[in-house]
Amino acid sequence: MLPPTRGPDIGVPVPALPPEALAAEAARPAGERQADAAQEGGPQVGADEWVARRAQRHEYLPSWLGSAQRAAERVGWWPRLAIAGLAGVVLPLFGLGGFQLQVGIDSLVIALLAVGLNIVVGWTGMLDLGYVAFFGFGAYAFALLSSAQVGSHGIHLPSLLSIPIVIIATGILGLLVGLPSRRLIGDYLAIVTLFFGEAFVEFTNNVAPGVLGGPNGIVGIDTVHAFGHQISSNEGYYYLLVVLLVATMAVLRLLDTSRTGRAWRAVREDPLAAGSMTVPVDRVKLMAFAFGAAVAGLAGTIFAAQQISVFPTDFDTPILIVVYAALVLGGAGSIAGAATGALLVYVIYDGLLRSPTYSGYMFYGLILLTLLARLRPWRRLALVLAGTVAFGFVAHAVAQAISHTWVAGAPQSTGSVGAALRDWVIVPANAQTPGKFGFVLLVCLLIALVQVKGIWRTVLLVPTLYVASFTWETVLIANPSVTRQLMIGAILIVMMNARPQGLLGTRRVEVPT
Amino acid sequence: MAFFFQELVNGVTTGALYALVALGFSMVYGVLKLLNFAHGDLYMVGAFVGYFVIQWFGGPAALSIPVPLVLLIMFVLAALLVGFLGVAIERFAYRPLRNAPRIAPLITAIGISFFLENAALLLFGAQFRVYNTSEFISFSSGIQIGSVSIDAVQIMVLLMGLVLMVGLRLLVTRTKLGKQMRAVASDREAAEMLGINVNLTIAATFFLGSALAGVAGVMAGLLFNQVTNMIGFVAGLKAFTAAVVGGIGSLPGAMLGGLLIGIAESFITGYVSSTYTNLLIFGLLIAVMLARPTGLFGRPQLRKV
Repeated sequence: MLPPTRGPDIGVPVPALPPEALAAEAARPAGERQADAAQEGGPQVGADEWVARRAQRHEYLPSWLGSAQRAAERVGWWPRLAIAGLAGVVLPLFGLGGFQLQVGIDSLVIALLAVGLNIVVGWTGMLDLGYVAFFGFGAYAFALLSSAQVGSHGIHLPSLLSIPIVIIATGILGLLVGLPSRRLIGDYLAIVTLFFGEAFVEFTNNVAPGVLGGPNGIVGIDTVHAFGHQISSNEGYYYLLVVLLVATMAVLRLLDTSRTGRAWRAVREDPLAAGSMTVPVDRVKLMAFAFGAAVAGLAGTIFAAQQISVFPTDFDTPILIVVYAALVLGGAGSIAGAATGALLVYVIYDGLLRSPTYSGYMFYGLILLTLLARLRPWRRLALVLAGTVAFGFVAHAVAQAISHTWVAGAPQSTGSVGAALRDWVIVPANAQTPGKFGFVLLVCLLIALVQVKGIWRTVLLVPTLYVASFTWETVLIANPSVTRQLMIGAILIVMMNARPQGLLGTRRVEVPT
Repeated sequence: MAFFFQELVNGVTTGALYALVALGFSMVYGVLKLLNFAHGDLYMVGAFVGYFVIQWFGGPAALSIPVPLVLLIMFVLAALLVGFLGVAIERFAYRPLRNAPRIAPLITAIGISFFLENAALLLFGAQFRVYNTSEFISFSSGIQIGSVSIDAVQIMVLLMGLVLMVGLRLLVTRTKLGKQMRAVASDREAAEMLGINVNLTIAATFFLGSALAGVAGVMAGLLFNQVTNMIGFVAGLKAFTAAVVGGIGSLPGAMLGGLLIGIAESFITGYVSSTYTNLLIFGLLIAVMLARPTGLFGRPQLRKV
């Protein structure tokens, strides 16, 4: 990042900034900070070493956390993949139950989809909104090749034959769907692919119900059987998916660092310039589509074999949006980001939000973490937290004084969180309707919070936190299936606005046109 | 032949509705070059506003005030509320991304659409809400030409659609705001340099577009009777098709595209099968995109390098 620095004081621990300076630094917009860093790119005459290194140092946490971060960064990509893979293999040994294992399997499938989508969206920069149709195509193709659906006795191909066939077929379909990408760019491509995805769902729902089963889907699909073994348990599929995900990530890593990978990114940044540098733009785009589709096809085969059934609704828009949320959260353009984002999103989506206790920990934990990370100086943080606690007790006492039915209900959170909140959050006896008003109020407050500046933001934060807790305890936990969808939508909106590069992605510098 | 004309009337009515949604969609695309995926969901919110107005005044069977007044309140309230919702969305989610890579606002729009759908699910539940239009607007109060009948709601939708489209056309071509909108659409930076308040113009465009979607939502409630949180998605796709077929960003194109899609849908349902309606409509869109990406009425875009 920085050219070699002068002077003998390289490597000398830099003095910590005073807290005021840190706060001022944190309060400035990211773009400005970057611009500064660029200007102070190298050591400057008369500038202190720590000024020159300010931008770089800012990326690390203070004290030993920073050293740990640096140590972690020295680990290469391949060892990290190996460690992650090993962790995945070891995890079930801690006694995961049937439900946890199912969540694990589903999140691995989503992770596979996310790394595949990353090729098209993250590397080549084309918005493919029909991606989940490739997943569906793979699942349906595998289902047709390994069930009694076609013909009088059905086709029961061995998995070692059918899985490669399906992957190649999905890749070819991806190539065909990608053909318009030669002429259509940006939004137009997004439209065509979106409608391709919708058409796929309509197709499986309505066309040839004798073969595709219509809304009833295809049931009784063979499980994966290869090398004389039949995988029928969930453990088996879990390990199979871990192996496949690691293998796919490895292959994609090789692709990413190859000529093709560089060509993809060149096309993403500027197709015209890439073309004039002799990159075959059309072919490179088609390759991205085909590779992305092939990965989705692979995910589809395992999904179908594990579920032993496929239905059109499995491949509808909500899944597409979950995969997008995963990619956006993890960071488009990074393989590790896509996989991590997918595991994170899906475990929260399907695992944690089902349990009132865990979702409570997660909700309040996330709020606390966000406050800890974003609120500076500490004085303000302490003020907001104390203010929120006091606000809650006062509000609760006032509500109780007015009417006992206003506080007659109990928080929906169970466990210690629920117990702690009993005298703090107002939960009326019939909480559903007030909770809905609370939700609308919460959305309004959040919008207002983004709009106001300075001291008002701190002041407004207190009631916002309280209303968030109120809404959570009244309606949001009570409707986990809706809450998780809301969460996915919120991830997309918030990430795109606050941190478009995601958690693990690298910031892209776009030249404004 | 009577069947043909009946289907044509039905198609034109639905088409007018799609055209209204498509108009807002196309307007927003014109000024921001943003595919507002959340537009269909604004239409859904409009339909719910209409439903709650009916409930507020005593339900469809026992309205406490005259029917025309209820209709007026429904339309005005839906237009205002949905219009402001659109402005809030623009302010909150799209404005910070105005200079971001093109993919960012698109993904945000998908997130907003998903959020609105599920917020409506949380607030209003999953069950169908029924307008029961026939209880306060009699079906027999329409007109009969030969064997083709046009009921009162259809007449109202057609007339309102016509008035709104003409009004919008006049607004865009004759007023100062319309001139500003066109200026921002053709070159935002140059418009800003000439002293046009770009933020205000974009907000106004969002307000108008969203208000049209809200009005269309109330019309849909009156016409199709049923409202759920999912109607926005399908209607959004249809309006999308209409806008694209007509040439995205072109207002006359959106109107004609809407009518075309409505009529096509009505004929496919009437003459082929309702099973394949959506599939064929989506296929039509893909075909148009492949053969003529700028739509039937759009002009080819030149891209500066």
